[in-house]
Amino acid sequence: MSDPTTTQLPKDLAAENGMVNVQIDGHWIQVPRGTRMIEACKIAEKEIPHYCYHSKLSSPGNCRMCLVQMGMPPRPAPGAEPEYNDDGYQEIGWMPRPVISCANTVAENMGIRTSGELVEKCREGVMEFLLINHPLDCPICDQAGECSLQEFSVGYGKGQSRFKEDKIKKPKNVKIGPRIRLDDERCIMCSRCIRFMDEVADEPVLGFSERGTHTTVGIFPGKELDNNYGLNTVDLCPVGALTSNDFRFQMRTWFLKETDSIDTHCGTGANITIWTRGNKIFRITPRQNDEVNSCWMPDSHRLNYICPTDEDRLTACLIKADGVHEETCWESALEAASEALKQFDASEIAIIASGSQTNEELFMMLTLATELGSEHLSIVARDQASDNMLISSDGNANSTGAKLIFQNSAPSSQLANILEGVRNGSIKAVIAASENLLEAAGFSNEDLEALELLISINSQANATAQASDIVFPGAAPAEKRGSMVNITGRLQRLNAACIPPGDARSDWEIIRDLILSISGEVAQEAPQSIDALSKILASSIPEFEGKHLTAISDLGDIVAETGHSIPLLKREAERKANGEIVG
Amino acid sequence: MATIKVTRPKLSLLEKLYFPSIVKGMFVTFKHAVRSLRGKSIGGDSLNTSGLGVTMQYPEQKWDDHLPEYYRGVPTLVTDEQDRERCVSCQLCEFICPPKAIAIIPGEIDSDDPWAKVEKRPKEFDIDMTRCIYCGMCEEVCPEQAIFLRKDYAMTGLTRADMVNDKKRLYEIGGVRTGLVNKWNDIK
Repeated sequence: MSDPTTTQLPKDLAAENGMVNVQIDGHWIQVPRGTRMIEACKIAEKEIPHYCYHSKLSSPGNCRMCLVQMGMPPRPAPGAEPEYNDDGYQEIGWMPRPVISCANTVAENMGIRTSGELVEKCREGVMEFLLINHPLDCPICDQAGECSLQEFSVGYGKGQSRFKEDKIKKPKNVKIGPRIRLDDERCIMCSRCIRFMDEVADEPVLGFSERGTHTTVGIFPGKELDNNYGLNTVDLCPVGALTSNDFRFQMRTWFLKETDSIDTHCGTGANITIWTRGNKIFRITPRQNDEVNSCWMPDSHRLNYICPTDEDRLTACLIKADGVHEETCWESALEAASEALKQFDASEIAIIASGSQTNEELFMMLTLATELGSEHLSIVARDQASDNMLISSDGNANSTGAKLIFQNSAPSSQLANILEGVRNGSIKAVIAASENLLEAAGFSNEDLEALELLISINSQANATAQASDIVFPGAAPAEKRGSMVNITGRLQRLNAACIPPGDARSDWEIIRDLILSISGEVAQEAPQSIDALSKILASSIPEFEGKHLTAISDLGDIVAETGHSIPLLKREAERKANGEIVG
Repeated sequence: MATIKVTRPKLSLLEKLYFPSIVKGMFVTFKHAVRSLRGKSIGGDSLNTSGLGVTMQYPEQKWDDHLPEYYRGVPTLVTDEQDRERCVSCQLCEFICPPKAIAIIPGEIDSDDPWAKVEKRPKEFDIDMTRCIYCGMCEEVCPEQAIFLRKDYAMTGLTRADMVNDKKRLYEIGGVRTGLVNKWNDIK
């Protein structure tokens, strides 16, 4: 760089775009101004071990694990101009002591070393201190297998302890809330749980007491950790200090298979990971999606799952004869259903779909209504109070999808007419899919008894199944593949983590076979797989153009403008704009 | 490669007749037969014989005393001198087991149990002996010194279910093992 006046220096080129040049382990990269050093290293694909830092929480910098060596150009002598080398950078003067990379931001011409003797010695030292009072009870610890302390101990630790004194005793197995157990000896004082409860859940009930090695995380006197977002602290905890009562001692994490899916308990459609072994669900954890649920999900949704091994699951088709349900095969159940439906006039049949069905299933429900010629097609509205966090005011997971597929801005509007029709006798047959009519739909036992024919698809043995003349066993959300649209208009994919128990099938398959049975068409012409169906759906509904199942991206795609937003994400955006979090 | 020509040895007339050799052999056999009838077979004592010849009359007679220390028999669970069941159901043996013979359902120790601080123990622990290959990996991987391959080797049963050792039976065969590391003592 002979003449700086004619050629621009890298620092000027970067500054034009609001970037700065940083040298990370010998390589120069450009990162946005104000980036944390740890994030800059992530961009450079250099792993920096850390415990307390979390991009959605403030950075107190108290675990000291993310130490790196930093350097800046030396300040020129008075009157001297800075000197640039051939590449246009200044020489870096390395600092003799490390800095934490989580709470420091990058600067122009900064150098970062994520390895080297200084950094490695520092990490070894930090690891040794963290393990001094650690009980090393990995064989009974639920975190084993996904524990940062285990991982970093292997990756960056000394491998042995020089600590000969007695370890400090702290409270163990403390019930700090209805769903959470605390083991203080395992805690490494990262304060993630404290910050989460304070900053995100907005219910500060956790804090540190005592000093030095006696520091203990605990619950405020007279309080308990019963917040509906409390279990997120268990996910956040990098060690096994906080464990979930629900998952406690159920299964070691290395046996579990992870399946990415979405939550179907409300319109938010929080992104989740379903952890299974065999055909049993062991836990559900949130999956990061900054446009939907950030890194969190409510406890009420994560603990409330339907597992194929549950006792109340329906595993065979049932036909009621003389008031008693008898098990039968698919063929005879479908035939009985189509024969029974043919006894009624099209106007006498109503179809009640569910707002928690996938787009594909709703599309099949619509096709069934067309096939039968029935105009009574409705979903069941589920209005509830939003918690101003992640739980939406819409209790249905896929109301937006129903709007798009039924081409109706109020897909539940027909329900009142259907109920009235049932009561005045003009509707004599009802097909209900994945809905318990006695709950949100507002039917009473008398209404169901008044019906001449009730066909229902249910995954669980509920009162509607009990009252039905023909019951088809359906699949639970964790056993389905399909897509849903959340309240913000984001098309997201469900993946099947388990297979349905016994004879149970996905709703779309059941409806397809019912349609074939009614129309008498050859089976080959109907969609043979969920993928084939999703392609038909994508070509039939303009909003889903090109968005068949395999084309939906992992974090979903916006397909509709709904005007809804998620309150928790709004607050997160504000905190990010204020510079409180990295985001 | 050089070809080596081998010439047959020249046999004498007596050798060609075979008969003297047969008599010689019969004599050795006869000598042993007489010895065994008198109950004085060579090496009979060390083989723990029935006294008639050197044949061991299994299963009345067994060679169990001669099994080496490192013998790998049936995997079992052990308790220690404090009468504590050592297994904490970490499930590492289940993970490492090559033929997937081990199935564990973990459980929590009640808070009124004297060993409540261990927190965890197996609710169910099954080893399917029709699957087990006696490789000893479970013993090697166990971080609690709870599973040991004992010298029992004759597992029999009339049904497949008989061949599954449940927790109770595993502790029965395993018995008490002393001199192990006691990491659940008060001072670690």
